[in-house]
Amino acid sequence: MSTAEQAAPTPGTVETSRRTVFLRRFLSGDLGFLRVILILFVIWAIFYSQNDRFLSAQNLTNLVLQITAIGLISVGVVLVLLLGEIDLSVGAVSGLCAAVMAVLNVKHGWDPYLAIAAGVAAGTLIGFLQGSVFAYIGVPAFVVTLAGLLAWQGALLYVLGDTGTINITNSKIVGLANTFYSETTSWIIGAVAVAVYAGVSLWGYRRRVAAGLADQAFGPIVFRIALVAAVTIIAIGIFTQDRGLPLAGLILVAFVAGFQYLISRTRYGRHIFALGGNIEAARRAGINIATIRVSVFALAGTMAAIGGIMGASRLLAVNQSSGGSDLLLLAIAGPVVAGTSLFGGRGTVWSALLGALVIGSISNGMDLLNYDSSVKFMVTGGVLLIAVIIDAIARRQRQAEGRV
Amino acid sequence: MNANAPLLQLKGVSKRFGPVQALNNVDFEVKAGEVVGLVGDNGAGKSTLVKTIAGIYSPDEGEFYFDGEPVHINGPKAAVALGIATVYQDLALCDNLDTVANLFLGQEEIAGGVGTVVRQLDEVDMEHRSHELLDQLSVTIPSVRSEVGTLSGGQRQQVAVARSLLGEPQLVLLDEPTAALGVSQTAQVLALITRLKERGLGVVVISHNLADVFQVVDRIFVLRLGERAGDFDAEQTTQEHVVGAITGAEFGDKPAGHNRSEGDR
Repeated sequence: MSTAEQAAPTPGTVETSRRTVFLRRFLSGDLGFLRVILILFVIWAIFYSQNDRFLSAQNLTNLVLQITAIGLISVGVVLVLLLGEIDLSVGAVSGLCAAVMAVLNVKHGWDPYLAIAAGVAAGTLIGFLQGSVFAYIGVPAFVVTLAGLLAWQGALLYVLGDTGTINITNSKIVGLANTFYSETTSWIIGAVAVAVYAGVSLWGYRRRVAAGLADQAFGPIVFRIALVAAVTIIAIGIFTQDRGLPLAGLILVAFVAGFQYLISRTRYGRHIFALGGNIEAARRAGINIATIRVSVFALAGTMAAIGGIMGASRLLAVNQSSGGSDLLLLAIAGPVVAGTSLFGGRGTVWSALLGALVIGSISNGMDLLNYDSSVKFMVTGGVLLIAVIIDAIARRQRQAEGRV
Repeated sequence: MNANAPLLQLKGVSKRFGPVQALNNVDFEVKAGEVVGLVGDNGAGKSTLVKTIAGIYSPDEGEFYFDGEPVHINGPKAAVALGIATVYQDLALCDNLDTVANLFLGQEEIAGGVGTVVRQLDEVDMEHRSHELLDQLSVTIPSVRSEVGTLSGGQRQQVAVARSLLGEPQLVLLDEPTAALGVSQTAQVLALITRLKERGLGVVVISHNLADVFQVVDRIFVLRLGERAGDFDAEQTTQEHVVGAITGAEFGDKPAGHNRSEGDR
């Protein structure tokens, strides 16, 4: 009897400590993630209070279509930021590669898929060139890609030639950004996505338990699966009220999830983080620094091309201002707003998606409220500054706690 | 392989950087299960000697024997392949990665099955092996999954030493392992050095702190201006004698313990 009474508190204590650990992880580890969700909710609440059409199914679907191009470009930017480097050419590369695709398809009559592949390959090649100059010759990435920014913008004008604008009419290219899945198909896609996520999570947990490493509580895993399921259900519920699940959004999420897997679960991703954290440690560990650098810039060029092609598909045209204007800066600002460090070694690919959502929401909401683009720029700049200030304060706090 | 042969033996090693004679005809040896303190003033050649052993510098003259066999260390990889691990003063850890990631950096375990194609990490296996390794060394850190940047200096040093052991070396070179550490953290690291010795490893410790050195080493090897200035049995000498050898001050004609290893041969 007394033994039972003594034994009784133990499970309770374990439960409490697990909860504390979970809470601490949620607060510290995922703070950047939570912070951006909070910013997003505030922005949405403000615009919704001004115009309730902001959160309508139609406008939210439009928002997804608007952020696809920039979100895809940001995926590549995240990889470069993780190295602690920057790529200033992604905007120009996106425009040039879209133009390459458009010219090959429209003027030269190439097969649409072949034209898309050529556009993407052009992006990969450009990234590879810039990465090689940076990694092997030792020119700072900032300068290499700044030169690229100018050169590829010139190349865009050259490729477009006298016409200036090329209208895209091919149904397959246009379909990339203008395809919507029916209600049934949308729900099936959502169910499969959630099932895969749940399966992978639970399988991973089972392996940890089998190996005697069950320090990770079961609760948070169930919570995460429920969260993913809830977000999926809400999103598909909204999309199906309008035109249906957009293929563009699906492409964006697929790339984000794929690259998040790459950076967090593979040796290659681990080495990217190592380079961003301590390049000397990476070198001494036998990691091939140059290979990682070149490949990351090649991936950034590839993603810029894919983003540019998606943008061209939505706008049905490529013109002389494609990939110009604020595209580059917003593609870099997005991940930073959403918690990816400019100093390397810290960040997630999800920040590309969330950052694009934040910046896209501001732009979309301001358009809805008929604000001038001057105000739009100033507000976006303000939000970026606030996000970076919060990041700097968090960093200082980490240092104060002895975390460098 | 000769059971009585020292784990590592250097004979007549010299190294010159331009006009500077960094090492001059140095004989040096480490036995398995022996901790050797390598001391000397700044510029005495300690780092040069360690870097020569680690394969970073190639000596101008001299012979190397590992396990009694003549060897030629022509690069860091050759040293590692022989079983020589080096822990440098600046540790070379990635603060943004956790302990498991740092321990296995550059030699990650790859999952089997479909994950092999993309070189998916086998986190479960790596974490399991991390726990095993740290437990063997009695290294206690809050969590192998917290960022290394959150650990104390002593814990970071222990992680760096543990990392060097993953390749199952026979000889570990430690460059100033207790520099910049507090009292209790220094004690942790010294205890770890003792455990390396208990595992039968040869250990070379560079240190400026003679008090620390005397706590763990079996033998003290003094370099002065690139030459051997003394080789003392730690139990039969005093700090004063060692300081005398470091600075070149005389304590009689022959300091106690001098040329001890010569007698052994």
